[in-house]
Amino acid sequence: MKPRSDYERSLWRRLVRFVDGETPEDAELYAELRKSGKGRQKNADSGAEQFPEQEDKREKHRRLERAHEREAASMLERYRNWPKEHGIRIFGRLYAVAAVMLCLIIIVTLLVTVSYLPEFGQPDNPNNNEVVERYNAHGLEETGATNAVAGMILDYRAFDTLGESHVLFIAACCVMILLRLDDTKDRKRAEEENDRLYEPKNDKILQLAAKILVPVIILFGIFVILNGHLSPGGGFSGGAIIGAGLILYVNAFGFEKAGRIMNRKNYAVISVAPLLFYAVAKSYSFYTGANHLESGIPKGIPGAILSGGLILPLNICVGIVVACTMYHFYTLFRKGGM
Amino acid sequence: MLKNLFANYYEAVSIILFGIGFTTLLLNRNMIKKIMGLNIMDTAIYLFLAAKGYIFGRKVPIVSGDVPEPENYINPIPSGLVLTGIVVSVSVTAIMLSLTIRLYRRYRTLDIDEITRLIKEEK
Repeated sequence: MKPRSDYERSLWRRLVRFVDGETPEDAELYAELRKSGKGRQKNADSGAEQFPEQEDKREKHRRLERAHEREAASMLERYRNWPKEHGIRIFGRLYAVAAVMLCLIIIVTLLVTVSYLPEFGQPDNPNNNEVVERYNAHGLEETGATNAVAGMILDYRAFDTLGESHVLFIAACCVMILLRLDDTKDRKRAEEENDRLYEPKNDKILQLAAKILVPVIILFGIFVILNGHLSPGGGFSGGAIIGAGLILYVNAFGFEKAGRIMNRKNYAVISVAPLLFYAVAKSYSFYTGANHLESGIPKGIPGAILSGGLILPLNICVGIVVACTMYHFYTLFRKGGM
Repeated sequence: MLKNLFANYYEAVSIILFGIGFTTLLLNRNMIKKIMGLNIMDTAIYLFLAAKGYIFGRKVPIVSGDVPEPENYINPIPSGLVLTGIVVSVSVTAIMLSLTIRLYRRYRTLDIDEITRLIKEEK
């Protein structure tokens, strides 16, 4: 390391000067004063220029005071600006370290908790209690669905699933409030349209692939929905599959063609009607069930496609809501409306 | 303790995944990456719940045969909870992304510190 020659300008020296209340101009002035003092002593014998010398000294003192104030003000300014210039950087580093530490603490705490959990996959764990036994033992005769999960979420806990469908519907409404550009004919809309100017339109490869794939995807979605009470699947997964098929269709053929069926009016009808039907049907079923009345809904033979009482219609309702919501999310994010 | 941790390795992995998601959420200033972190946390919870429902040597709860034997099937309740979780996470992600789009349209940036600075300047 080479020795520094500019000690006067080093940070430590500036700090010392600030603490002492000196300025660099101070130091120069002192040096000058000392020089002039020597000079005065030299010139003392001449005696004639003593008076202007005094005047000069007073002037210099005034300059010194002003410089002092300036330096103090600039130091104060820098002290005030310091958080703006360096604070965020240092805070960012401290924040990153603190965040990683916090996450490590959380992970370690939770891992210690996990090590006290009952052993994985044992049948006598406390979460495998009498509720589960009941669902597994009597689910088939009580709900008529071979798929115990579908029987649980659409029969025993059907209002939970109604709430889920409403969560999806309300989320779609919120996104619509935040992103819809249908009715605004201002500059913003034009800007958004400019953003999509260079997107490929009428891509032949995509159109051919969509022609083959979309019917298969939508059929598969319908299959998953209709077999929700017999096999893995149900309204949510099948609806998501149908939504994906619709999104592929829109990507390939554009919004004009898709808008013939999926416009906003139709969307309102076909997503609100299933929710209403769901709420009414399940309220009826719970009312009769709680009062030990005969509901008149046939259970059917377990394993047949028309079985499970209300589970199949409710699965269809949920599937329609989910498919519409997925498609609606996509159109809103893509161009702000159907 | 360590033995039990290895026995519960599904839960342990899900906790580590949760921590990764939380770190992503805290460390990134880009809002899209924050949302990704939140989704990783969601996924960790699904893994945890699905692991809690499993029982060794049992089948999925698709009841077959006339006489259902509860000893043959796994716990169906965590599967239903995962379903609820997925739906809620999809909705929350959609709302967060649309809020991000609105912020981007207004401030032309996704950096959350930058947005905070611009909001302060506006005041």
